[in-house]
Amino acid sequence: MDLSVLLSFAKIIAVIAYLYGLFWIMGLKVRPVTIAGKTLDLSLAINVAGVVVAFGIIQLALTDFGGFRILNEFDTGLLYQACTMTMVALGLNLIYGFNGQFSLGQWGFYGIGAYAAADVTYRWVNGDSSGLIVLGVGTILAGVIILLVGRSLSNLRRMPVLSSFTLYLLGALVSGYVAVLIGRWVSPLLNPLLGTNLEPGPLAQGFWLQIIYFLAVVFAGIFAAEISFLFGLPVLSLGSDYFGIATLGFTIVVYTLMVNSDTFLPFPEMRGGRGMIGIPKLTTWFWAFLFMMAVIVSMRNLIRSSYGRAMISVREDEVAARAMGIDVAGGKLLAFVIGSLFAGLGGGVYAHYIGFLSPGTFDFLIGFNPMIIVVFGGLGSMTGTITASFGWIFFLEGMLRDVLGRISPQAPSWRYVLYPLTLLLLMLIRPEGLMGKIEWGFLKIPVVPLRDTKQEGEVA
Amino acid sequence: MLLEVKDLHVYYGAIHALHGISFHIAEGEIVTLIGANGAGKSTTLRTISGLIRPRSGHIIYRGQDITLTPPEQIVRMGISHVPEGRKIFAPLTVRENLEMGAYIIKDKAEVNRLMERVFKSFPRLKERINQLGGTLSGGEQQMLATGRGLMSKPSLLLLDEPSMGLSPILVQEIFNIIKEINAQGTSILLVEQNAQMALSIAHRAYVLETGNIVLSGTAKEIAENPRVKAAYLGV
Amino acid sequence: MQSISRPQKMPVIVKPNSFLAWIGRGGLILLALLIAYILLRNLIEKPLFFVTNIINGLQLGFVYALIALGYTMVYGIVKLINFAHGDVFMVGAFTSFFAIDRFKLHEWPLRAFPTINPVLGIALGTITTILLSMVVCVLLAVTIERVAYKPLRDAPRIAALITAIGVSFFLEYFGLLDFVFSARFIPYPRPFEVTTWYIADGIHLTQPGEPIPENAIVISNILIIIVILTLGILLFLQYLVRRTKIGIAMRATSFDKPTARLMGINVDSVISFTFAIGAAFAGLGGVLYAIAYPSIKTLMGVYPGLKAFISAVLGGIGSIPGAFVGALIMGQAEALTASYISTPMRDAVAFTILIIVLLVRPTGIFGEPEKEKA
Ligand SMILES: Nc1ncnc2c1ncn2[C@@H]1O[C@H](COP(=O)(O)OP(=O)(O)OP(=O)(O)O)[C@@H](O)[C@H]1O
Ligand SMILES: [Mg+2]
Repeated sequence: MDLSVLLSFAKIIAVIAYLYGLFWIMGLKVRPVTIAGKTLDLSLAINVAGVVVAFGIIQLALTDFGGFRILNEFDTGLLYQACTMTMVALGLNLIYGFNGQFSLGQWGFYGIGAYAAADVTYRWVNGDSSGLIVLGVGTILAGVIILLVGRSLSNLRRMPVLSSFTLYLLGALVSGYVAVLIGRWVSPLLNPLLGTNLEPGPLAQGFWLQIIYFLAVVFAGIFAAEISFLFGLPVLSLGSDYFGIATLGFTIVVYTLMVNSDTFLPFPEMRGGRGMIGIPKLTTWFWAFLFMMAVIVSMRNLIRSSYGRAMISVREDEVAARAMGIDVAGGKLLAFVIGSLFAGLGGGVYAHYIGFLSPGTFDFLIGFNPMIIVVFGGLGSMTGTITASFGWIFFLEGMLRDVLGRISPQAPSWRYVLYPLTLLLLMLIRPEGLMGKIEWGFLKIPVVPLRDTKQEGEVA
Repeated sequence: MLLEVKDLHVYYGAIHALHGISFHIAEGEIVTLIGANGAGKSTTLRTISGLIRPRSGHIIYRGQDITLTPPEQIVRMGISHVPEGRKIFAPLTVRENLEMGAYIIKDKAEVNRLMERVFKSFPRLKERINQLGGTLSGGEQQMLATGRGLMSKPSLLLLDEPSMGLSPILVQEIFNIIKEINAQGTSILLVEQNAQMALSIAHRAYVLETGNIVLSGTAKEIAENPRVKAAYLGV
Repeated sequence: MQSISRPQKMPVIVKPNSFLAWIGRGGLILLALLIAYILLRNLIEKPLFFVTNIINGLQLGFVYALIALGYTMVYGIVKLINFAHGDVFMVGAFTSFFAIDRFKLHEWPLRAFPTINPVLGIALGTITTILLSMVVCVLLAVTIERVAYKPLRDAPRIAALITAIGVSFFLEYFGLLDFVFSARFIPYPRPFEVTTWYIADGIHLTQPGEPIPENAIVISNILIIIVILTLGILLFLQYLVRRTKIGIAMRATSFDKPTARLMGINVDSVISFTFAIGAAFAGLGGVLYAIAYPSIKTLMGVYPGLKAFISAVLGGIGSIPGAFVGALIMGQAEALTASYISTPMRDAVAFTILIIVLLVRPTGIFGEPEKEKA
């Protein structure tokens, strides 16, 4: 065995250990201490400090000390990919692992997030603010309208799903149209501040550009979530296999639209099948870590909430959940929308790391990967999904490619033969995934007395 | 000895359904198994016909150990199981259901002959030969299930509650038919809620209580046992 | 979701024929009108071109039907989306490719009996090639079923589904390796010449090098072969499933496996048989597809497989006539979209149709409305 093989193996171990350490310290509870007569609970402070330290460790490892870096360019890339994959896979685990909806649409939402966010910043650095304005205004307006329509529909019973879908769709279309009008009107006012690609104006560099990046990723995530709402509303009412195939179709439709983005859709800068180039590479460890931790923490809190428990009960037994008065359709929609939001955010982060988007990346065949990661890690285990995402990227894209590449130049393609085989073995030996439903550290869900869970689900 | 069951233990996951039961059926007998709901009667039949594997114990049929033989093999050896709840193939016609009953018989003419024999016992089925199984009435389905069980020319027929859901007249009729089948040489293991009826046609009986055989004897002895009278005959 | 424990307000019940209920239907009707308008306008403007499109769609639809049969039968009996089915189709095409290209299998009658009528010889040779492909596909599918699916028959359904995806990936990525099928497009050597006729004031045989007139309907021998074979297979299958013992056993097994076993039916064999039949037709479909569109590649099975699966769902999964009708619809949708909207959008249209049909009729066109098991 080669030293570098050992090294890349050690990296996998280190990364996993790092994650487990992070979650351990985030979940650490210490006894209150008494200092100068005051009793202080330092748990939260320790948890937050742990996160900051964890962030700092990798930040240091990435920093170039006069030619020496612990994590080189390649490893850093793997790290960012692992972060985005974690976000996508966690979203899918929410939909599928926790809520039981077999979705193959996650990759499509990932793609939507990536392209939407990329388009905003691409335009911005090229002196065009319309992308941000249209996406921002559009998503906010559509969100408000969806909430309003939802309000007014909420006291209707037996409303055909197609009718409410049509109303929501009309609302979304109108808000999109209004956003375009506003964009046309406002962006010329803002554009002079952006400068050009070669000579960036004050708003297209430094701090402001970071803010724009942040907004772009967030709006792209919300955009993906809103689309998932519109799509999920009618489709979630189908049975499980049908839902799976419909979501697979969604991924394919998104892919097709990407290929036709410069002909069928009016986005010449996306360049259709040739791929979008020149996306500013704005993703840093700070952003990747921030977005990933935001996803992890919010998902963990969601699962602990009454909504989360309702989702899980829908997975366990839909009929029983409905009988207990749980809004099954609403719960499914919520899980689906939040899951897609995570995917959209992940897409935004990914686009600004890689700097180049090609529809081929969002092909549905590759879209099975998050599903496989979720199954590998264990349906209904966040720890498992995170571990599997990092393991997947570092093992398959890192170590295995490296090791096989040594054997012969063609050998790396063998890893795609090996992983379905591993998957088949896993299904035969341990169909519940590596982690089952086990959680670790901060992600652990405290054991709730049975009586409480029951009351949560009941109609007041 | 046609069938001998020795110390059978059956589990559903962690549930211990049969706690080591033993009994036997001789050639030409009608043996009935009575017991309350959940006593393990259907489980016993399902284990004999191979649908469930026992954790321990033996089932000996004609001197051959069939404990681990799969069900499709056991039918071929001459044991036919008419399951609880009829289990008619709803999307198949009456004729097709009967043909499936005779699945193990290769000879077409023989199948037709057997079908005629079933129609003689259940003329109602002949009228509905092309009707879908799922659209038959409950009683007709029971007839079809029993008829289907006879189509494989069994030496041993396992009947699980053949009178369930039938009107009193039909119950009488079906018991007459069971007696007739037996008279033609088929041994029968009969599971019944209607203990009185079952005991009236059986030669011997076993009483099953929560997975244990608590009583056995001739049908007459059992019917006169005061405990049985109180618990199952409602006297 | 806000309504999880919201106090119940007085609900307004939307009646089936009220305005609110009609909003959704209205959208669908508008969509249908739009499609009808596009089709009619094109039919009137260029009727012959329109008919040519229909014929193209027919050819595609019949090939999809061959694949869809396998999906629908397998789903009917084990409730599994056999994702690997499209790859079995691909293996069928590649088997015939190797047989023709490397071993000239399609010419064996000419070599063995030099005096034989050449047309008959090629026909026999082609049939041999097709049979070989079918046999290889059957062996492959039965192996997959035994090795990967059978051990999971009592496992949760998701395990089987993931396994199916895994098998499909394995076949695809294995095929993509350079020394197997590679990732390239490979020109397919047709075992026989494709002859076309054009219909423009009478039927004409197209001579080699002759340009086909602008205003003509073109029909090829491969189209006729595909249509005849598929229709024959459809009739054969209907006969098999309705009339033969194994066919009835298949239906019994699909309805209730334990009871089927009590009848003496070997459920495992019946399931293997179902996979085998589906694979045989997929193999046939693979060869015909390759002859009709003579360029093959490892991932060639992915989209036809998906479209065929959609066809099966569209027609009502489990139903044989349903798979056929669904496939014809899919073929037309694809051909017409390619001509009148945009070629790459045809995949999007296929799924849009599927989703709309499922929303209106959740069990597909021929599917019996059934309650999902709790
Ligand atoms: N599939 C199963 N899984 C778990 N437990 C089972 C299963 N089938 C039966 N049991 C349990 O095994 C015991 C025996 O059941 P069985 O069906 O044999 O009763 P039975 O005597 O036939 O009752 P009945 O007269 O109501 O038909 C019952 O306690 C039942 O709950
Ligand atoms: Mg019973």
